Amino acid sequence: MKALPKSTVTARSSGTLVSAEASAPYRLSWLASISAWLENEAVLGYMLMTPALLLILIFIAYPFSLGVWLSLTDKLVSQPAHFIGLRNFTHLFESQIFWTTVWNTVFFTFSATVLKAVLGMWLAVLLNRKIRFARFIRATVLLPFIVPTVLSGLAWVWMFDATFSVFNWGLRWLWQSTEWLFNADFGYFRGPRWLGDPAWAMFSIILVNTWRGIPFFAISFLAGLQTVPAELYDAGDIDGATGWQKFWHITVPLIKPIAVVVIVFSFVVTFADFQVVYVLTRGGPHNSTHLLATLAYQLGMGSGNLGEGAAVALFMFPFLALVILWQLLYLRKESSQ
Amino acid sequence: MEARVGETFRKRLLVFYIPLFLFLVALLFPFYWMLVTSIKPDFELYNARNAPFFVWHPTLSHWWQLFQNTLFTRWAWNTLCIATASTAVSLFAGVLAGYALSRLIFPGATSFGIIIFITYLVPPTLLFIPLASVIAELHLLDSPWALILTYPTFLIPFSAWLLMGYFKTIPRELEECARIDGATRLQAMIKIVLPLGMPGILSAGIFSFTLSWNEFLYALVFISSPQQKTIPVGVVSELMKGDVFYWGALMAGALFGSIPIAFVYSFFVEHYVSGMTGAVKG
Repeated sequence: MKALPKSTVTARSSGTLVSAEASAPYRLSWLASISAWLENEAVLGYMLMTPALLLILIFIAYPFSLGVWLSLTDKLVSQPAHFIGLRNFTHLFESQIFWTTVWNTVFFTFSATVLKAVLGMWLAVLLNRKIRFARFIRATVLLPFIVPTVLSGLAWVWMFDATFSVFNWGLRWLWQSTEWLFNADFGYFRGPRWLGDPAWAMFSIILVNTWRGIPFFAISFLAGLQTVPAELYDAGDIDGATGWQKFWHITVPLIKPIAVVVIVFSFVVTFADFQVVYVLTRGGPHNSTHLLATLAYQLGMGSGNLGEGAAVALFMFPFLALVILWQLLYLRKESSQ
Repeated sequence: MEARVGETFRKRLLVFYIPLFLFLVALLFPFYWMLVTSIKPDFELYNARNAPFFVWHPTLSHWWQLFQNTLFTRWAWNTLCIATASTAVSLFAGVLAGYALSRLIFPGATSFGIIIFITYLVPPTLLFIPLASVIAELHLLDSPWALILTYPTFLIPFSAWLLMGYFKTIPRELEECARIDGATRLQAMIKIVLPLGMPGILSAGIFSFTLSWNEFLYALVFISSPQQKTIPVGVVSELMKGDVFYWGALMAGALFGSIPIAFVYSFFVEHYVSGMTGAVKG
C-alpha cells in the first residue's frame, strides 16, 4: 500500500510526458502501460483514496483501538501497562466526580444546543430581511465562530472577573441606580462570583459556548431560509396568516432537513467540547464544571493516569455512535425519498 | 423579504432593529473588550470605580510587552506554518478522495464514503490520549509534524465531504469530451474537474486553514516546549502562569492571535460561508 502514493506522482507526470513528444520510446512503453492501468476505474479509485485512508488508519482507526486497549489497563505515564479488565470503568462508576461530569455533559450539551438553535434561528430570520450593509453584517456576525475559541474565551474570563470587570460593574451600576431611584440603601452589592461559584460557573460556560455557536446556526439556517420561495409567504398573506403562523407552517417545515443536520453536528461538537471549559474554569470550582473531555484530560494528562483518562474519553463513544448511526439512517432515508 | 406592507416604523424598530442591534452588540462586545483592555494602563485596569468601557490614558505598553518579552511572534510563525502545511496535506488528500468518491465506480466506494462520514463526526477529544502515544511512538512529540499530520484527521473528512458535493455539480459530459479527445482519466481530472472545482477547493482550503489556526487540544497535548507552541496554546499556557494574570498583555495576545485569521477570513467570506453551509448540506 505504501508504494501507491509514489506511483500516483509518476503517473501524473507520465500524463504530460505521453502527450508531449516522447524522446525515449522504451520509457514511453512502460509509462503507457502505467497510464493504461490507471484507466481502470477501480485502480484509480483505490489510488486516489489511499492518502486519505492511510491518514485515517494511522491517526484515527489505530488510536481508537489503542484507546480501547488503554482503557482496559492501568497504564501510567512511562510505566508498562497491565491488563485490568473493566476495573477502570467500575472505579469510575463508583466516583462522585464522574457522575457529576456525566450529568454536566448532558446538561451543558442540551442547554447550549437548544439556546444556539433558538437564538440562531432568530438571528437568521433577522438577517434574512433586506437591509443595508447585509453582506458586511453577515461577515461580522461570524466573527465569534472564526477566531480561536480559547482566545475569545480569555476575553470572557476577564469579563467575568468579579471585582474589576464589566458584568459586575454593570450590575452594581444598576443596583446603585435603583437605590438612587428609590432613595434607599440596599447595602453593598458584590455581584455573583461568575467563575467561582459552581452554579454560576456552569451558567458561564453555557453562555460562552452559546455565544460562540450562534453564528454557525444563524448562517446555516440563513442558507436554508434563502431557499424558501417567497410565493409561499405571499400565499400565507392571502390566507391571512400571522407572522408566527407563517413561521411555524411554512419556514420550519421547509428548513427542517438543514436544521436537523446542523443541530446534530453541533450536538456532537458541543458534547465533546473542551476549550471553553479548559479556559474558563479548568473544571472547577471543586470539579463541579467538568465535561467528559476535560475530566479525561485532567486524569490522563494532569495526573498521568492514561488508562483511566482513556476510559473517560471512551465513555463518549456510545453516545456519539448512536448519533452517527441515526444520522446515517436519516441521510439514507432522505436520499431515497 | 422587503419591508412588509403595513409595517409601521415602530413595529419594525421593535421586532427588527433593536433585536438585531442587541445581537450584534452581544456577538462583538468581547472583541471590543480585548482591544480596550489591551490599551488600558494598569492603574485603570485594576480600578473598580472607573467605567470599564472606555480608556482615558491609552497606552501601547502591553502590546510592546507582548512582542518584546514573550515568544508571541515565534508562536505566530509556528501557527502560520502548521496551518498552511496541514491545509495543504488535507486539500491534497481531500481532493483526491472527493473526486474518487463522487466520480469513480469501484467496489467498496460506498463503504469508503461511510468511513469518511463517520470520521467527520469523530471529535478530537475522543482520541487525544491514545493519539499522544501514537505520536510518541513515531518520535514526533514536540515537533510541528505532530500537528501537521494529525490536523488532517478532522480536515480531510470535512474537505472530502464538501468536495464530493461540489464535484457532483460539474457535468460529467465535460470530462467525457476530454476523454474522447484522448485525455486519460487523470488528465481529465487535473485539467477539467479541478479548475472547475476551484471555488469548492478554495472553500475547503479557507475553512481548513481557520480550523487549524484555532485548534487547541492536540497542540496542547503534543507540544511542550515554549518555542514550538502555537498561538492559542502559547497565550493560554505561557502568559497565564502563576496566580497573577497580566490582563493587558493577555488581551493583547488574544487580539493579535485573532486579527490574522479575521484578516484572512475577510478576503474569503463568501467562500467560507459556502464551505460551511455546503458541509452541512452534504
